[in-house]
Amino acid sequence: MSSLSVQGVSKGFAGTAVLDGLDLTVPQQSITAILGPSGCGKTTLLRIIAGFLEPDSGTVRFGERVVVGDGRPVPAQQRRVGYVPQEGALFPHLTVAANITFGLRRNRRQARLSEMLELIELPARAGEMYPHELSGGQQQRVALARALAPEPAVVLLDEPFSSLDAALREGTGRSVVRALRTAGATAVLVTHDQSEALSLADQVGVMRDGRLIQVGTPTELYGFPVDPEVAEFVGGAALLSATLEGTVAHCSLGDVAVSANGASGQVQILVRPEQIVLQPWRAASTGIGAEVAEVSFYGHDAAVHLDLEPSGTRVVARVTGSEAPPVGSRVEVSVSSLARVFTP
Amino acid sequence: MPLGFVVVYSVIIGPSEAWDLLVRPRVGELLSNTVRLVVGGVIASAVLGTACAWLVERTDVPLPRLWHVLLAAPLAVPAFVNSFGWISLTHAVEGFAGAVMVVTLSYFPLVYLPVAATLRGLDPALEEASYSLGFGAVSTFARVVLPQLRPALLGGSLLVGLHLLAEFGALQMLRFPTFTTAIYDQYRSSFNGQAANMLASVLVLCCLVLLVGELRLRGQQRYARLGRGTPRVALQRTLGGWTLPSLGALALVVGLALGVPAYSLVRWLVIGSSTEFPLDELTSAATTSIGLAAAGAALTMGFALPIAWLAVRHRGPLSSVLERSTYVANALPGIVVALALVTVSIKVVQPLYQTYVLLLAAYAVLFLPRAVVSLRAALEQAPPLLEDVSRSLGQSGLATARRVTLPLMLPGVGAGVALVFLAVVTELTATLLLAPIGTSTLATEFWSNSYAVKYGAAAPYAILMVAISIPATFLLSRQTRRTVER
Repeated sequence: MSSLSVQGVSKGFAGTAVLDGLDLTVPQQSITAILGPSGCGKTTLLRIIAGFLEPDSGTVRFGERVVVGDGRPVPAQQRRVGYVPQEGALFPHLTVAANITFGLRRNRRQARLSEMLELIELPARAGEMYPHELSGGQQQRVALARALAPEPAVVLLDEPFSSLDAALREGTGRSVVRALRTAGATAVLVTHDQSEALSLADQVGVMRDGRLIQVGTPTELYGFPVDPEVAEFVGGAALLSATLEGTVAHCSLGDVAVSANGASGQVQILVRPEQIVLQPWRAASTGIGAEVAEVSFYGHDAAVHLDLEPSGTRVVARVTGSEAPPVGSRVEVSVSSLARVFTP
Repeated sequence: MPLGFVVVYSVIIGPSEAWDLLVRPRVGELLSNTVRLVVGGVIASAVLGTACAWLVERTDVPLPRLWHVLLAAPLAVPAFVNSFGWISLTHAVEGFAGAVMVVTLSYFPLVYLPVAATLRGLDPALEEASYSLGFGAVSTFARVVLPQLRPALLGGSLLVGLHLLAEFGALQMLRFPTFTTAIYDQYRSSFNGQAANMLASVLVLCCLVLLVGELRLRGQQRYARLGRGTPRVALQRTLGGWTLPSLGALALVVGLALGVPAYSLVRWLVIGSSTEFPLDELTSAATTSIGLAAAGAALTMGFALPIAWLAVRHRGPLSSVLERSTYVANALPGIVVALALVTVSIKVVQPLYQTYVLLLAAYAVLFLPRAVVSLRAALEQAPPLLEDVSRSLGQSGLATARRVTLPLMLPGVGAGVALVFLAVVTELTATLLLAPIGTSTLATEFWSNSYAVKYGAAAPYAILMVAISIPATFLLSRQTRRTVER
């Protein structure tokens, strides 16, 4: 499998720019998730890489091979991309085995089929079944096997898990990523689900208005988002206005330690729900108090919605399920680790 | 094209003459007959078709699959064969009441099939929600089920209405004159092209009224199922003590629609004084029928394929105008199309008059919509996404068409061919007017024999016609079942 690079790709439909000079590099044998709200151009990007659409300008390379941007574009059937669309799109008139081996020469079919069934963790007898006899998650895995069977240069997955229900989604996601890693695939996964992107990919690109706003590892993205919008998009976030003095921000959560970036004066700080620590209010407490307005209990943890005193600002804290305070009680809040600063 | 012809023709002969031709007591009588027949036939077919569909799909009536086939089967018996069956038993069916009964028995499957398919696909959760809100069975049917059935019911009723406007053979036999029979008589008796064409223009107007009426009634509401997930199997009502009466009712319908024509055909075969089995003539008529039907089906599918392709894959103003215009042709009775082609060929392309080419062209114009409808549905079974996937797996355009698009379209293509084939085998008016002199098909032979009251001689042709139609009808009734089970 080769690496994938996209340079300055633009595409407009009826005068509206959908992709606007987009750049992306996916290292060999790694998985990149493209995360963005619906309508941001993710699918258009994928279709351009696959060769179903031609960009207005820009270059796409698989390794050293230019597939678009240098003379005539290479047609889709010669690009060697594996494409896994939403809901799998298995050929309904063919068995699982015929679906998986669809892109293979006759003499290679038998050997490759058992390899592929093993890769996607389906029993050999599943090969005789028809797509409608499989569950949604199994269909999705067969679609992946069909894409991987001809050993493509790049694998593209377009919201592959969005049609599955929550219980199936996580398990299918993990088994698909396992199969991709075993096959050593270079893959691009498009999704609007941040937890899917953060948990499955090596690299995540956040897309907005036809551009990639930030590309980085899941940890970078969550810990160091480039702007407040990205911060809110990749996870729960309290964005508070604060006055910065050195490495301390004064805000409605009190004095909060921040990672210094040399700025001072009026800024915004980002506090993640798990950074907020709660303690029962005691007579001796001197910190910031808050009233518990709502508790969403999830079992393993709980989201506690707090009205801060005296400002009345609403923030959310994430605590272990067993430690959730009762609604209406008063707690003392503090911030456990460094907050991130956004200068306006 | 034939539509334009009728309009142009009316303009050419001038308003005053047209007025004189139209405003006659005879025309008033024809109009009243036609309207009464259409209204009566459509209402009766809608009620009968819906009731049968409900019994088969929504109750625990025994042998639902057998009933489904039997209730679709009248489509294989042309209306004029059915009316032959009745008229040769009793002359009591002549006139309005008899005509409505006979045409209803022939055409109610056009309502039954779509309504049954919708009932089967209906999400039972909607009815459960209605019950939980305190509505009983009757008000649930009226307030929840019936609105959902509206598109199917209206579509089926429209088809029945158009068929009734175009019906010739059955009504001629039942001595109930309508515009279509009058046009034929006018043309045959006096070759009075002008009068025939003026009557045709009224008939076309009636068709347009029906088409527009259906569009208005259908309205803008949405009937799509909301939400995802596989719907559960529909609720089934336990008939209990009503089982026997229901079975009796179904048996009565099937008996009247299938039993009576079968009985009289067999009876005439056995006792008819004119019964004979001219093997040569029978074979040659059957061969001509099958040949014409096969050629007609092939030609029609050939025209339909690009239209359906454009309509599904390249939606645009032009392609939808093209597609819609074929539907207008669906509303044109065979007699109007035939008349238009006769006049045009005499005036413009004389050598084509009285040739098979012209006859096949008439079939193509008449039955194009049926082919387009099934091809459209078939193409939608093969979404472009699957073709994208195939190309990404290294298959060329041709290989994709062969390995993906074509196999997925095959059931729909089969249904389209069956529909057109069936229609051509039982087509009477256009064939009578356009076929080269000396051509005999099963339909025309049956017609001329039974018209000459040689019932015994007519029977073998009818039986052959029904026999040829049965496989196609069976295919169609299976097809409607399958599309919904998907």
